[in-house]
Amino acid sequence: MTHFSAFSLLKNALTGNRNWTEQWPDPEPKAEYDVIIVGAGGHGLGAAYYLAREHGITNVAVLDKGWLGGGNTGRNTTIIRSNYLYDESARLYDHAVDLWEGLSQELNYNVMFSRRGVLMLAHTVHDVQSFKRHIHANRLNGVDNRWLTPKECKAYCPPLSISPDARYPVLGGALQERAGTARHDAVAWGYARGAAKRGVDIIQNCAVTAIRRHPDGSLAGVETTRGFIKAKKVGVSAAGHTSVVMQTADVRLPLESFPLQALVSEPVKPVFPCVVMSNAVHAYISQSDKGELVIGSGTDQYTSYSQRGGLPLIEHTVAAITEIFPIFNRMRMLRKWGGIVDVTPDRSAIISKTPVGGLYVNCGWGTGGFKATPGAAHTFAWTIAKDEPHPINAPFTMERFRTGRLIDEAAAAAVAH
Amino acid sequence: MLLIHCPYCDETLPEVEFTYAGQAHVVRPADPSSTSDSEWEAFLFLRENPKGAHYERWRHLHGCGRFFNAVRDTVSDRFLTTYAAGAPRPDLSDLIERAK
Ligand SMILES: Cc1cc2nc3c(=O)[nH]c(=O)nc-3n(C[C@H](O)[C@H](O)[C@H](O)COP(=O)(O)OP(=O)(O)OC[C@H]3O[C@@H](n4cnc5c(N)ncnc54)[C@H](O)[C@@H]3O)c2cc1C
Ligand SMILES: [Zn+2]
Repeated sequence: MTHFSAFSLLKNALTGNRNWTEQWPDPEPKAEYDVIIVGAGGHGLGAAYYLAREHGITNVAVLDKGWLGGGNTGRNTTIIRSNYLYDESARLYDHAVDLWEGLSQELNYNVMFSRRGVLMLAHTVHDVQSFKRHIHANRLNGVDNRWLTPKECKAYCPPLSISPDARYPVLGGALQERAGTARHDAVAWGYARGAAKRGVDIIQNCAVTAIRRHPDGSLAGVETTRGFIKAKKVGVSAAGHTSVVMQTADVRLPLESFPLQALVSEPVKPVFPCVVMSNAVHAYISQSDKGELVIGSGTDQYTSYSQRGGLPLIEHTVAAITEIFPIFNRMRMLRKWGGIVDVTPDRSAIISKTPVGGLYVNCGWGTGGFKATPGAAHTFAWTIAKDEPHPINAPFTMERFRTGRLIDEAAAAAVAH
Repeated sequence: MLLIHCPYCDETLPEVEFTYAGQAHVVRPADPSSTSDSEWEAFLFLRENPKGAHYERWRHLHGCGRFFNAVRDTVSDRFLTTYAAGAPRPDLSDLIERAK
């Protein structure tokens, strides 16, 4: 596998870029694996990478029903932040941000992690109070997050309108400077490459149709569109399709799958320096390095697997964006798409053992799991390898919905990206 | 945009007049004090989330304001039927046959 360096780039440029080798092989599935990961999104590929790198488990396959990174990993608006309210969340998301910082070097693959800052706008008195509460909670947890006045918001993000008679007046904002964005595809590709290099099989176009259990209830392996594959352990990381997959093992999860939509504009010169989110109006915006404005919305109201979503929501989102940034009034939009996100009742993820021995699940990331990719993958790999959770993901069990120990970011934020 | 038939107004109207209200036919435990933690979990948090026909509640918020039930295919988003709250669960095989 090619090691990327200034030298290899130069050498290949001089030879007409004809001699690059494949990034990872395209193997046939073997009859048996120590661990099978269902879902080749960033989380699943990352888990395979950390299983191999940190735990020496290399007889691993990652199976995907489509192409790798074709799920929410390749569909999201790439916002990375860690200023969540509760201690458990702060630890998990901050763990992820720590890993993001060294990821390009570690993977020898540029994931373009850019700490351009994420500014969350407060439009109402309630927003102001709740953001200030977040800021104080974050400070106690050692997570950076600070309050900006409307003028400071404008200085930080010049396209913003802070006119007092705006439809959504800006009363201030919470800024996390360590937050930002990354290149979504590169995260999937980088982990795929790193895992494959250590012996992991990445098998695309191989849908898991059922998790098979022995008559005594223990785990046998997975039925796939390419035949049965035996496995000692199975980790399911299938985002919006997790309930469908887990149901075949008779495991019910507190998940509902909703479409979440995003859209991009035509590319323009650099105009937007950071990420701005407005939870009150459900709109998020940043500018990609290609120049497109990347705009995200809230979920559609109804559950669906259509990966499409409805136009009324897009209209609402774009209307809000042009109110807050009148400068973008006449910008043309290029395309829009949807992904299916798996939402838990408390809006916190599940990284957990299940009632079936050897079966593990990483799900419930809903609208905001891209930012957690390295942290989720790292703690999920640990949970699978050791058959017990890492201290960081220990609170994120599926049992919390029975015991009542919820991690209620839902009440804290209403929406979370 | 979904077009939704309100069984009370007997009109098919755009989605923006309606709000979604989750899975239908979820019955509150009759005797809360003798209900186990697992039963509470199922009632409060576990939902069907099927890829296919889904029994769900909607409310005609900007019309008659009333709740009704629907069966919708969550892959195509097509409504197989809508019916008044309190009416029995329609049989799925009939609905699928009729939709063909
Ligand atoms: C429009 C949109 C915007 C978003 N914006 C943000 C954001 O700004 N910040 C943020 O942090 N998060 C955001 N998210 C959420 C984020 O994308 C997800 O939480 C995260 O990418 C989940 O990663 P994953 O690897 O778990 O899932 P995915 O990338 O979806 O991977 C799951 C994989 O499982 C595969 N699969 C499913 N069923 C099967 C099966 N039966 N057999 C085999 N394979 C199967 C799928 O094909 C898929 O590739 C957004 C999501 C969307 C849709
Ligand atoms: Zn009506």
